[in-house]
Order: sequence, then C-alpha cells, then structure tokens
Amino acid sequence: MPLFPFPSRVRDMGSREIFILRCAPFGHEGRQVFDRRLIQNFDWLLLILLLLLAAISVANLYSAIYPTKAFGGQAIFYRQIYWFILGFSVFLLVTTFNYKSLERLARPVWLISVALLVAVLILGKWTAGSRRWLSLGLITFQPSELAKISVILLLAKMLSERDHVAEYTLRELVKPILIILIPTALILKEPDLGTALLLVFVSGSMMLFARINWKIYLGIGITAIGCVPLLWLGLKDYQRERILTFLNPDRDPLGAGYHIKQSKIAIGSGQLWGKGYLEGTQTKLNFLPEQHTDFAFSVFAEEWGFVGSIVLLALYFILILWGLDIARNSKDKFGTMVAVGIVCIMLWQVVINLGMVMGLLPVVGIPLLLFSYGGSSLISTMAMLGLLMNISMRRFMFQEGSGLGQ
Amino acid sequence: MISSDFDPLSEEILKSRLSKARLIVIALFAVLLVQLWLIQIAWGPIFRRQSEGNRIQQRDITPFRGVIRDRNGDILAGNRPSYDIYVVPKEVGDRVELADKLSSLTYMDSDSANERLKWASKRSSYKPVCIKKDISRDELAVLEAHRFNLSGLLVEAKPVRYYLYGSLGSHLIGYLGEISEKELRSGKYPDNKAGDMIGKAGVESAWQHMLTGVPGTERLEVDAAGRIIRVLSRKAPESGQSLWLTIDRRLQSLADKALEEKKGAIVAMEPATGRILAMASSPSFDPNVFVEGVGQDTWSRILKSEGYPLQNRVVSGQYPPASVFKIVLALAGLDKGIISPEDEIFCSGSYHLGGHEFRCWKKGGHGAVNLHRAIVESCDVYFYNLGRKLGVDVIASYARRLGLGAQTGIGIGGEKQGLIPTRAWKLKRVGEVWHPGETMSVSIGQGYVSATPLQIVRMVSAVFNGGILYRPQIALHIENAAGEKTHVFQPVKEGEIGISKKAISVVRDAMIGVVNEPRGTGSKGISKEFVAAGKTGTAQVVRISRERSEGEGDQSELAPELRDHAWFAGIAPADDPKIAVAVIIENGGHGGRVAAPLAGELFSAYLGSK
Repeated sequence: MPLFPFPSRVRDMGSREIFILRCAPFGHEGRQVFDRRLIQNFDWLLLILLLLLAAISVANLYSAIYPTKAFGGQAIFYRQIYWFILGFSVFLLVTTFNYKSLERLARPVWLISVALLVAVLILGKWTAGSRRWLSLGLITFQPSELAKISVILLLAKMLSERDHVAEYTLRELVKPILIILIPTALILKEPDLGTALLLVFVSGSMMLFARINWKIYLGIGITAIGCVPLLWLGLKDYQRERILTFLNPDRDPLGAGYHIKQSKIAIGSGQLWGKGYLEGTQTKLNFLPEQHTDFAFSVFAEEWGFVGSIVLLALYFILILWGLDIARNSKDKFGTMVAVGIVCIMLWQVVINLGMVMGLLPVVGIPLLLFSYGGSSLISTMAMLGLLMNISMRRFMFQEGSGLGQ
Repeated sequence: MISSDFDPLSEEILKSRLSKARLIVIALFAVLLVQLWLIQIAWGPIFRRQSEGNRIQQRDITPFRGVIRDRNGDILAGNRPSYDIYVVPKEVGDRVELADKLSSLTYMDSDSANERLKWASKRSSYKPVCIKKDISRDELAVLEAHRFNLSGLLVEAKPVRYYLYGSLGSHLIGYLGEISEKELRSGKYPDNKAGDMIGKAGVESAWQHMLTGVPGTERLEVDAAGRIIRVLSRKAPESGQSLWLTIDRRLQSLADKALEEKKGAIVAMEPATGRILAMASSPSFDPNVFVEGVGQDTWSRILKSEGYPLQNRVVSGQYPPASVFKIVLALAGLDKGIISPEDEIFCSGSYHLGGHEFRCWKKGGHGAVNLHRAIVESCDVYFYNLGRKLGVDVIASYARRLGLGAQTGIGIGGEKQGLIPTRAWKLKRVGEVWHPGETMSVSIGQGYVSATPLQIVRMVSAVFNGGILYRPQIALHIENAAGEKTHVFQPVKEGEIGISKKAISVVRDAMIGVVNEPRGTGSKGISKEFVAAGKTGTAQVVRISRERSEGEGDQSELAPELRDHAWFAGIAPADDPKIAVAVIIENGGHGGRVAAPLAGELFSAYLGSK
C-alpha cells in the first residue's frame, strides 16, 4: 500500500532484482535510459506545490507591504520575486547531480559550515543585536542556513551507515550529538534562538526516526531538564534577567503579548471567508507586527479567512506527506534519511510558525516556509526542496559507481 | 554489499516508522486545524469585533463651554484653544534624544521631559499620552516647524476656559476642576466623563449642566500608531448655552479694586429686583489657574493660604452685624408700637443691668436721644433700652422677617444662613437659659448674632423697596449658541417683611440722616450729588474690649487681627433706590470711616453711569 494515496507513481518495479536484470545487459547504454527516466520521473507534484506556495506567498507579500511602505515598500516585493527566481535556479541546479555524491561531501560541508559559523561570530554584521549575516563580497548570507543543511546531510550519512534494526547505544550517540550541538551552540551565540531551536527539533526528530532507544532519549531529556534549575540557581540575578529577556525580548504585556494578541485578532477576524485581498485592516493599519516576515500567515488568514487558510494548510500538509513518500521510495538509506531530515525541517518550520502566530507557542523568530519574506531562508529552502526533488527523481535508479550495476 | 541498500527487514522497519511519522504529521496538522477553527470560526465574531475596535476609535469632541457675560454682554468667561503635546511611546525612537529636542524647542527642561516620556511609555505604547498641557503659542510655532523630525509627537488643540479679566468677580463666577469619581457616580453629570473639567464653585458650578454643552463624537479609523487615517462619521458637539449675569463688569471691577489689600466683602444689589450688581470677596484668586486642573500640592497650598481666598465672603462670611442690626430693632419697636419716634431716652454713656455695665460707644453719652438721633448717631444705650423692652424672641422674629438667619436662596454653593438667637435656640444648642445681659449684646448686633453681607444688603433693599424680600438673582438670561434668549430669569419675591409703612418710613429717614446729617456716622465719603441712606456698623472682634469706639477713637495701636470689622449697608438714591450695597472690611476699624466711603464709590460710579 502506498504511503500516500496519490496516483502517477509506479511501484510495481520496485524490486531490485528486476531492476538489475533489466539494466545489466544494456551496459553503458544504461546511462541514456537513466537520463530519460530522470525526465520521466520528474516529480511534477513537488514542483506544482512549490510553485503554488511561491505564487501565494508573493501575492500575500504584496498585500502585507501594500499599505505601509514602511519596510521598504514595493522594493521588498520585487526583491522577493528576485529571490524566488534565484531560489528556483538553485532548486533546478540541485536536481542535476546525484544526491549520492553528497554523502561523501557531508563531512567537509559540515566542517565548512562550522567554520563559517565561527567566522560570523568574529566577522559578522551586527544587525538588531545579533550577528547572523556574513558578507562574502557581493552576497551576504546567513551561515546558519547552510548549517541546517549540513547537519541534516552529515546526520543522514551517519545514521544511514548503520542498519536500523538494533537500537543505538549511548556510546554510538556521542558523535551525532556533537554534530548537532556544535553548530547549535554557535548559532545560539549569534544569538538566533529560533534557528537553534529548529536545528535541535529537526535533528532530534531524525534521531528519533533512526530509532534510538527511548530510554536513552528519556535519559537525555531528563538530564537536560534536570540541568536547567541547577544552571538557573548558579546564575546571578542580572544574568537570569538577561536570559528571560533573551527568551522573551518584550516581557511586558504590551510587547510580545501585544503581538500575539494582534496576530490572533487578525487571523480570527478573517472568519470563514476573510476580509478580502488587500482589505485586511489589521495589516493595512499596521497593527500586525512583522507582517511580511514571521507574521505573514496572519495577513493571509485575515484576508482569506478559514477557507483560504485551509487551502494553504493543505498545501503544506500535502508537501510534507509527499516528502515522507519520497523518503519511503528512496532506494538507499542515505536518501531516506536526507528526505526525512528535509521533511522534519519543513514540518517544524510550519508547525512552530503557525503555532506561534495562532498563539499556541511562544514567540520565537521562525519564518514560515516558502511564505515569509527573506532571501537567505528562501534560498536554503529551495535548495532543500531541490534535494528532495533530486531524491524523488532518482527513486528507480541505480547508484552511480555502485559496483553491481556495472 | 552496498551500505546504503536496505535489507528486507530494515525496509519493513522503515515502513512502519514512516507510517508513524505520517501519523505524527497528521496529528500536528490536526492541532493546527483545530486552533484555526477555534480562532476563525468559534471565536471569529469576537476577534472581528476586536479588530473593529482596533481600527475604529471613538473620540469625544469637547464642546465649547457656555460663555458667561455680564449684564451688558461683556464676556467674563470664554474659551481659548489649549495646545497639548501628546506622545505615542512606541513611535519614539530615542527617548533621551527626543527629551533633548523638547527641551530645546519648548520651555520643558530635558530632565522633566525625559521623566514625562518615561512615564508615558509605562502608561501606553500605541495610544497617545499627554505629556504637556497648554503650551504657549511660540512653543507651538517652533514645534510645528520641527514636526518632521519629532517622530511620535502629536500636538492637539482643545478648548479650555478663559477668564478674560482674571480674578474679576472670581467668587461669583467660580472656577473649574476635574470631575471627581464621586461626582461621576452621582449621576448628576450625564454629559461628562472622567477627565472632564466641571464647575466647582460659583456660577460655573450652579449652571454647570447648562454651560457644559453636549460632547460630540467622532468615529475615526486609526492605525496602530494612533494616527488618524480617515474620519468615518462625526457628530458635532453642542456648545453650552451662554449665561448673562446680572452683574455689571465696571462696578464689579470697582468693588474688586476697593477690596484690594483688604479682607472683606462687598455686594451690590438692585433693590427693586434683587439682582446682584457686583459681588466681591477678598482675598480673591485667578480662576485661570484651575482651567487645566491643578495638582494636589497646589490645591492644599491654595486652601491653606492666608485669608481663605476661595471662600466667597458675601454668601459664606458670617459676621456680627453690629450697629447695622439696629435697623431690625428700630423697625420692631415701631411696628410693635413699643416706642414712638418722639420718645426720648437719656444716654449717659452706659446702661446698667443686673450689676453689669453696658457702655455706649460714646464715652460721655449722647444725652437725650429719640429714635432718629439714636440711629443717626448709633446710640447704643437707646437700643439697650429698646432691646430690653422687645425681648430677644421678638427681635429674632423681626430679624427673620427681614430675611436674616436663613439662606437667601441665591443658589451659589456654600451659602451660610447666619444666626439669629432665641431663647429656645440657646436652650437647645447651648443647654442654658437666656440671660437678660445677652439681650443687650443682641440689641447692638453682637453676641450670638451673625449675618452674611448678602442678607444685610437684601434687608436694606427691602426697607427701601416697599418691604419686598427678593431672592438675590445672579442670572439674567440664558442664550443659546445662535444668540437667542432661551430663558429669561424674572425677579422672585421671597416674601414681604410685613412691617407698617409708617415704621419703615421713620427708619428710612433716620438712615438718610446717617449719611446726610453732620453728626451721622456715615456722613463721610459719600457723595452728596444724590441722597444716599445707610447704616454703619463696627463689630467688635475681641469681647473683652468693652471699649467701643464707633465714630471716634483710634484703633491703630491694636494688633490688626484684633481690630474691629467695619460695616456699612446703604442705598442710593433714597427716594428712588437703584443700588443697595453692603460692605464689610475685616479688622478694618470704623464702619463710618472705612466701609462707608467704599460704598460711596460704588454709588457714585453706578449712578454716575446712568
């Protein structure tokens, strides 16, 4: 039974034996066959989902910046379109090579990203009280975006190098934990709580998927929670105050509380059918904070109502389940684990952002996948979706240089 | 074997994990969906209302307070614009920088500006908060010119009360104060809300409901910073109605001036109608100080300050009427037929009763005096005798007929009723029987007797207007915003004194004598261009001082607060009364010397202008 009840998927030839028998006699002609299949297996659903979300996001961005011009007005709108075009090129570029080659590159990529994270702490541009941006000549980017991908890749490599039957022991876990914690700590130092949290959630979910003994998980969890009060007691008053302020930048009710309240008013006042495109009063009159970035969904929900929000939610839902399907159909563990990692990133971004704007979760700055304004996160999202597409397209293929095939 | 290939077993495990993952995804999205449904559908209407509430701000538009004019239409209390500085705390970039700018552009210093900005940011973040009221015109001009680099700052105009002549008639006109919580809850101020300024005293308070007007409302679409995007609807405010007073501004200003540097009160009345022409009390105050509200410390300073400037002595100052009270005894004696005008009594300078000696103010005595001379020269011994014959209760009943011992009903808050003692009163209030000696004090308007200047002026008016007690009237008519008279106040007869014409005419002649005969106690300082009448009085402040010295003697060696109160109550012209005046100067000394000339000035000014 397919994981996902969508058609257009041929699963009957999924058995390796048949595959080998068919391929072997053709020798190096096989390559041409594979190339053709690459096109045949192009994942149209993924592409359509991506394009739909991109279109909605751009239209919504136009509404979000429409009234105020305070954030740079139209320029932001055109810049985001430019980011989408650039992102789409990255998406296509990532589909061209076989993802298997990334398995070898995972370690160096991780090392580079850690190096960049260190660099950003030294050379990074200070904006709004944090160092997140690194300027490389013409472009500035956030190394934490690269770190997300590199952690997924390296973790996927490590977790796939081992069979899934036996549960992990504590000793085996030291390495993956270091892979996660080193970049997380560096990102926290920037500080960028949202991204650090996302990284922990995503890698934690991947580890869970790789079937770590739940006792170990429980142990780690209890140890972590147990450390918090100890740590807390050891702190001086001003340090505690700093941490509280850090966790919740506006601790007064007029600050963060106000944002969430206004966001809920925006979403709720949309009711069933919404106020209509460009008609959202919360947005138009500037009551919504960060309406083009973290709170972009509130703008959409106010104007399109419950009906529109369900459509958007459904697109994310399909995208994520489709990602799980791609993970399932991948012919190798590495592909599966990479796909799972990407699905986790998408899932947690959507859940944390929507939970935040709907008042279920505290405010942490996590943008909505493919929806919020911002180049760096969009490019890395497109790269990850490209990777997903890459895995999806090569679901029937033999691995290059994998011995048996040649 | 390729490491990345699945063996069948692990593929099965993978499948089961993926389906678990799928369940987790479905669960998470279900949570989001439920929350979305709750917010948008279940609570949608609530949030829709809140978004409307966000978007639409209902603002009251302060109406113009009704103008107060004098009898000739001169504006005494009007309105002027007040420009207030508001700040939207969230829009302020750098507070210290803004405070510095404010201190260089306005008369605020940077510390207090910073303090106010900090205070404002604690109160609100997106709603404008007033940080400085009533800036000057030059400050306004400078602020307007620098508006572009003062983000978060707004200047709003609203009408505030303006008293054109400052302290002129301040006790009559009254002053404004912020409505208190108690007043709000009393339900007497349906058109007012917290923070409004309402009349707290005088005419401002008595006609509050008519002066205040009806506030208008404006439904505005505002953005999060409180900036007005557009006006959705507007209901114009209704200005308060104008009130024309019976007072004459020129006479009032003269009365105010007469009291300068003194403590006391002057009230002038139209005898034929009861209309007040002037009402002055000193020390006085400038009601402009109160128009924007004053702080607690300013309040207590004003309340505790020397001489109680907020007290309107005309209606709430209770003084022993002294010799002015002899009018009551004379009328009573004549009306009762106890004395006839010709009866003479020998004044030796003192009167003996029960071993006590009651002195006349004139040490050597007046010799044989009839009623006329007794009034003209204010002979105490004559009135000791008369008082003895009348008895305190008869005196009291005539005093009451003449309007003493009860409120006049002028309608300005704080009116006192004075005191007219009787035997019954003393037994009840003091718990002792009446002593005959006390009747002696009462006979010359001392002892327990007290009256307000307003009661005295009304009594004199009644004597000269044919015996009618009018309710003192301060409002002439009400005018709406279009300038139409909506209500005209007619004189109200409270009653008639019910004393025989003959008795009245004897007393009137005697009162004319007081001013016009050479030996009259009030013969100095009043113009002889018209025939005035009146009665002086010199009220003892210290009881022990038995030395009464009306008309002569010198008190200048006494400490100021021990000096006598000077009284004069008079009327002019006597044959066709146009103006009645009562003057009291606290610790002023002799009524004839100090008070009568002040009344004379008012007579001359008022009659000269006619």
